[in-house]
Amino acid sequence: MNSEPLLLATPSGDVLKLRPEGSWTAANVTTLETLSHSVGADVDRSRVVTLDMSGVSALDTLGAWVLEKLSRRVASSGRSAEFVGLADQFSGLMDEVREVNRHTPAPTAKPNAVLLSLGDLGKATVGAREDITIFLQMLGALFMAMIGVLRRPRSLRLTSLVYQLYRIGWQAIPIVALITFLIGAIIAQQGFFHFRRFGAESYTVDMVGILVLRELGVLIVAIMVAGRSGSAYTAELGSMKMREEIDALSTMGLDPVDVLILPRVAALVIALPILAFIGSIAALYGGGLVAQFYGDMGPAIYIARLHEAVSVTHFEVGILKAPFMALVIGIVACSEGLRVKGSAESLGRQTTTSVVKSIFLVIMLDGLFAIFFASIGM
Amino acid sequence: MGESQEQFAIRVRDLVVGFGRQTVLDHLSLDVRKGEILGLVGASGGGKSVLMRTIIGLIPRRSGAIEVMGHEIGGTQNPGTQGAAATWGILFQQGALFSSLTVRQNVQFPLRENLVLSQELMDEIAIAKLEMVGLRAQDADKYPAELSGGMTKRVALARALALDPPILFLDEPTSGLDPIAAGDFDALIGTLQKTLGLTVFMVTHDLASLTTVCDRVAALADGKIVAIGPMRDLLQSEHPWVRAYFHGKRSQMLQHEMR
Repeated sequence: MNSEPLLLATPSGDVLKLRPEGSWTAANVTTLETLSHSVGADVDRSRVVTLDMSGVSALDTLGAWVLEKLSRRVASSGRSAEFVGLADQFSGLMDEVREVNRHTPAPTAKPNAVLLSLGDLGKATVGAREDITIFLQMLGALFMAMIGVLRRPRSLRLTSLVYQLYRIGWQAIPIVALITFLIGAIIAQQGFFHFRRFGAESYTVDMVGILVLRELGVLIVAIMVAGRSGSAYTAELGSMKMREEIDALSTMGLDPVDVLILPRVAALVIALPILAFIGSIAALYGGGLVAQFYGDMGPAIYIARLHEAVSVTHFEVGILKAPFMALVIGIVACSEGLRVKGSAESLGRQTTTSVVKSIFLVIMLDGLFAIFFASIGM
Repeated sequence: MGESQEQFAIRVRDLVVGFGRQTVLDHLSLDVRKGEILGLVGASGGGKSVLMRTIIGLIPRRSGAIEVMGHEIGGTQNPGTQGAAATWGILFQQGALFSSLTVRQNVQFPLRENLVLSQELMDEIAIAKLEMVGLRAQDADKYPAELSGGMTKRVALARALALDPPILFLDEPTSGLDPIAAGDFDALIGTLQKTLGLTVFMVTHDLASLTTVCDRVAALADGKIVAIGPMRDLLQSEHPWVRAYFHGKRSQMLQHEMR
């Protein structure tokens, strides 16, 4: 059924007779392109071109278009081209093809690369302002929703809140504990290894205690939660947005902030301090194990040293930061989710943005808190 | 065997498909002749889409044999299915356009993957296909998220037709289109079928398409094909479900109008 396509060109004076033969189908597209290019010069020379279609055994849209393109090349310079011997079964297709590609829009000029990058910079700057506005809007909306709940406590979506707490709190405990345990152990090992050189091994416990309780415990946990739960929030809300579920909610007179966002953010604000506490304890435990097996320091001495080294203040400084970090993660995750447009790509992009942005903001917030606590002497 | 391959584009023998304890298709047999437009009707949730998706290898079957253009169909990774995949174009109910590609790239995707051709020709073919399904060249650079339902269907059809496949599977092609657009769609399918000698397997509820473009209509009920033949014969069918389908109030009204 598939026979090699041919294009026989017989020029006689001003008249060029083209006779395509064989299968003019997509399967032979490479040959077809070569054939139509090879007669290009002959076609341009001749005043009248006839296309004798009687030898064509199979034709599809692609083959028909290649032939039509040849005839348009002639017609465009005011000369004449005609098809003869067109079999009945192909005439419908040729008629279809004759109608297409008549109104090609003018190609848009490619803008200058420098201007383009300047444009991107400008867009990013404006975008940053928009980001801040969206963040503040979401904060305000959450605040209003909070007030609503305080006025009518029954309007709190308790089921949803508990479910979110289970998902982002309870189910996160094993992985949070494992990772902070390892971090604690690594810090202790490094401490023993380097402090040993000048005989200050016992200060390792001070380092582990203060570092974990003040900074690392909460920071590591916040980063993990941003990656684990923040991304989930963005993807969930994003796909709800894509499937118009959020629009459906609004048309039923419900506020998506009340129904979807407040329980999620509230769950984060409740869960993150608890996770940070569990993480800190796990890290201290990891440090203790390393102290026993690597630093030759028994549990009793470790605990006694810890008791001397850290005070409640250190713990407070760490745990006070947690709800604020949770709020930032929640707001970023939810507002990025609502910014998802129709495509799968946009869902992926928004999820990445959500995680990157919330980790950045969490670290920046940690820095601000460090300055704040230092200046009030905590 | 040799003769059957000549005559039939799709052969389904004793097909059983089910999920869990539920059997959706129960020893179903169906032949689709080369060059015909076959309409498949059946109750909502009765297994029409399941049959189509099984034929194209997306749903595993419990038993039975399926042959498309002489290729034995297995799972999607099966060599027989991949051989057959080159011979079909599929229009999914929701369009299933690639959302990260523009309309133009969506239509070019099968061309780019299967053929070696210049970008210029590929662009022209893509625009040609889009215009053939009734879209404009200006729509080519839009993303699927920016399209209306009817446009999505048209782009999906253009993509299904990109390689001029000998078999076209259509899952409810005219649902969600206005009557004018649906009529154009039917006319287009008819033209393409005539010019390209396409075999069309169409799942549809649109009585107008069944009457105007389908050469034969198959009715699926209780997991089997209970009636198959030209629309005239189906109207005469004695099977209770088929009677209810074609002689219900809505169908009667439509048929009356058409007379």
